[in-house]
Amino acid sequence: MSTITLAKALNDGLRASMEGDAKVVVMGEDVGKLGGVFRVTDGLQKDFGEDRVIDTPLSESGIVGTAVGLAMRDYRPVCEIQFDGFVYPAYDQIVSQVAKLHFRSGGRLPMPIVIRIPFGGGIGAVEHHSESPEAQFAHTAGLKVVACSNAADAYWMIQQAIACDDPVVFLEPKRRYWEKANLDREAAPAPLLSSKVVRDGTDVTVLAYGPMVKTCLESAIAAAEGGTSIEVIDLRTLSPLDLEPVYASVRRTGRVVVVHEAVVNLGIGAEVAARITEQCFYALEAPVLRVGGFDTPYPPSRIEEEYLPDLDRVLDAVDRSLAY
Amino acid sequence: MPEEPEFVQLLTPEGERVEHPSFAFDGDDEMIASMYRDLVLTRRIDTEATALQRQGELGIWASLLGQEAAQIGSARALRPQDFAFPTYREHGVAWCKGIDPVALLSLFRGVDQGSWNPLETNFGLYTIVIGAQTLHATGYAMGVQRDGAVGTGDDDRDTAVVAYFGDGATSQGDVNEAFIWASVFNAPVVFFCQNNQWAISEPIDRQTRIPLYQRASGFGFPGLRVDGNDVLACHAVTKAATQRAREGSGPTLIEAFTYRMGAHTTSDDPTRYRLSGDLERWKLKDPLARVHAYLTRHAGLAEDFFADIEAESDVLAHRIREGCVAMADPHVLGIFDKVYAEQTEELAAQQAGYAAYLDTFETQTGAHA
Repeated sequence: MSTITLAKALNDGLRASMEGDAKVVVMGEDVGKLGGVFRVTDGLQKDFGEDRVIDTPLSESGIVGTAVGLAMRDYRPVCEIQFDGFVYPAYDQIVSQVAKLHFRSGGRLPMPIVIRIPFGGGIGAVEHHSESPEAQFAHTAGLKVVACSNAADAYWMIQQAIACDDPVVFLEPKRRYWEKANLDREAAPAPLLSSKVVRDGTDVTVLAYGPMVKTCLESAIAAAEGGTSIEVIDLRTLSPLDLEPVYASVRRTGRVVVVHEAVVNLGIGAEVAARITEQCFYALEAPVLRVGGFDTPYPPSRIEEEYLPDLDRVLDAVDRSLAY
Repeated sequence: MPEEPEFVQLLTPEGERVEHPSFAFDGDDEMIASMYRDLVLTRRIDTEATALQRQGELGIWASLLGQEAAQIGSARALRPQDFAFPTYREHGVAWCKGIDPVALLSLFRGVDQGSWNPLETNFGLYTIVIGAQTLHATGYAMGVQRDGAVGTGDDDRDTAVVAYFGDGATSQGDVNEAFIWASVFNAPVVFFCQNNQWAISEPIDRQTRIPLYQRASGFGFPGLRVDGNDVLACHAVTKAATQRAREGSGPTLIEAFTYRMGAHTTSDDPTRYRLSGDLERWKLKDPLARVHAYLTRHAGLAEDFFADIEAESDVLAHRIREGCVAMADPHVLGIFDKVYAEQTEELAAQQAGYAAYLDTFETQTGAHA
């Protein structure tokens, strides 16, 4: 057992995958000498060489498009997109090529590509550095989309994503990179495509992923002081969704709040709400409520804390749910 | 139109061999005769596919008419281990890579999205998003480098990658990014651009103000223009460029100057945007006629050689037709199978749900019967 930051856990996970499989290559802007702008790839180029940790041209479509060719040559590329808002130049390659090639080729061309994207806000960044594009990828058949929320999960999930024979969009909560957690490297990890109850409760089920998991856990602690018991589930996988643990929870609590930074409209929460309604209709005591971004671009950073869902907004939704 | 720059030409439209200071065709007349066979059969594949579309057997077809020499010449220069990444019009390259012409049709018939195995044939799937495959080619070439399959001097190991694309694709970001990546990583890739003068209705001057091959110099690697209707010249320049790639000397841009003699696809009507006189002028430069003239006048091939190829092409056309109409529609439940290498429970449940839904119809039909 050791205490480790989320960024270092990812670094250790990448290292473990690279040690275990010589076909794993890391590629992206500034991932080599600099070790990535968040230092997630720190030291990897020094240890694995420039052929396996590739400082690429500033060309996101190029990063993903060449990863396709490398995958056809039996490599397992791990692409770093430096910030969420920079993924769009690669969107065509991700959606039209990476996601579809296994299907188009009748299964002859697996695409074991991981696309790492630091996502979400809360670090006081300039525009295009704080976005939450996950729904756009979850809406694309052929991709798997996961989000880690803590260091221990990050360590295992990055290795599982790399081992997966399908393309995985791997979302990293950038504002949690420096937060520490205990990591037991001997413990058996949960499967990659599984959600996880991270706090037991009896009154309301709160669903979150990535950076919002911590916010929701803090909300649950605060609510407990007021006598409300919140169960928090970390969704972890956004495509496919793993909602059986959610249904089980909702059948006990009857109330659900879904929380994400991404805009509410047509977001992950909308899909989750629809499925819960289909599966748990008679158990629901209140409509599924959503807390998330407004239909605006991400705001300037001086007001981002007001824009982002926080403890109060989560608890406001919990109260509204309980009031039904 | 400004005067066009010189290109590499080794066989004139009249069928006369000419010398070039830098490039020579290194085959004999027997090889020219075999390439002529490829040209004729490829054109016949194309003609038959167009006819199949007109008769409703294909949804659409993208004709390569006029571009046979560019494709046969370049593809015949490849070694078995060399990998070619096509657009959706590389029927001649496919032929040289050993793809059954019937397999080309399934995409256009709408029964699948690519029926050959790229990893076994070293021929990528047809790529419809313009220019996307140039990045795949570059990445594959980077894999070749990492596998130590470049610059070893072993002819059976060293590998070149060829990215095929058209003049319209040169305006795409992906193509320009591929040029940059190939250049800075010195990747063993040849960019083979068939400039057929038209991107559907848009002429080449809507894509560029300078000859396309000259763009290579800005990216830091050599570019050249070749007579795209001259199979000998296309072979010679591609052989040199792929050899250069295999040796570890990096990428080359080849601009094969040719003409799309047909429509963009069977859905297109070129009479709306170009003059018939242009087509007539290009017909004088036909890629097959000049080889026919050479083989007749200078290689001493008699009429029975050509008659044999015609007979072979009739047999091929018949086989393509039979194969096409025999293609069964896929079963709809199959669409769930290959979305992922590791199918998700979610998708398996969707598949089962749809299967159960379909079963209700069969039950009802049975009840009514």
